[in-house]
Amino acid sequence: MTLERFLILGAILFGIGLYGVLSKKHAIAVLMSLEIMFNGVNITAVALSRYTVPYTVPDTLEAARFLLTGHVFTVFIITVAAAEVALGLAIIIAIYRTRQSVLVTDAKELSR
Amino acid sequence: MTLTTESFAVELAFWILSICTVISAIAVIQIQDLFRSALFLIVTLLGVAGLFILLGAEFLAGVQLMVYVGAISVLIIFAILMTRDLEEGNPSHSFRLPVAIVAIIFILFAYYVITQGTDWNGRLISENLDAEQQKVAATVFFKESIPSLARMLLTDFVLAFEMVSVLLLAAALGALALVRDR
Repeated sequence: MTLERFLILGAILFGIGLYGVLSKKHAIAVLMSLEIMFNGVNITAVALSRYTVPYTVPDTLEAARFLLTGHVFTVFIITVAAAEVALGLAIIIAIYRTRQSVLVTDAKELSR
Repeated sequence: MTLTTESFAVELAFWILSICTVISAIAVIQIQDLFRSALFLIVTLLGVAGLFILLGAEFLAGVQLMVYVGAISVLIIFAILMTRDLEEGNPSHSFRLPVAIVAIIFILFAYYVITQGTDWNGRLISENLDAEQQKVAATVFFKESIPSLARMLLTDFVLAFEMVSVLLLAAALGALALVRDR
């Protein structure tokens, strides 16, 4: 029960973010929804790491470090998300300078 | 503190934090004023930091506060303020109803897989480890979590660790090159 409710919470956050990413026109709103999706995944990784057994049985303190694999994944996800937001906002501001718009539906040179 | 303690306070904290997180995540999507939805995004990120503390990941909660609440949300608010002369609010595409249906189907499918489709009993810490192993696990989670994390980052995951630092450098240089005045 305790593991399942964290996983369900992560799935709900992922679903909300999925809806926002696919349905919003404003590019910054899309980025914010993406952050919500990342957070759902992070909750899932940490909860699985906290409640389930890895393939190496934690006998000694040295072997038991693999219990924290989900934490390592979360650290990497947070780092990549930070890089992605910095680049994404830079691209949004560059588009805004040239086109005076931040709607993703207005940036369609490649589709013509 | 052991691995299987469930007190009323922890239960209450979980429900308060998760309800706050989900409601403010919905507010981020639904509110028309983009600045306010950025403020609700901060509430969501704070709630997730609280859930990390409930899961025994205090270091990750600190990282979440510093990186997400401290840096990313400030960046997003700056970008919103720099691009806010237009009055569109926060519009949606016309096909948002099928997208909502897809998201709801995803959540229901995940609920089914988590509750019915998976046999968790073979993999749970509380049922598959004897008392001695549970003591070791509790030591890793509650006393030695940051040293164990550091050992993993610098031995088992050292290649990914170095690549992530290269990625951060590339992202910083790329962001500078994109927004530079020519």
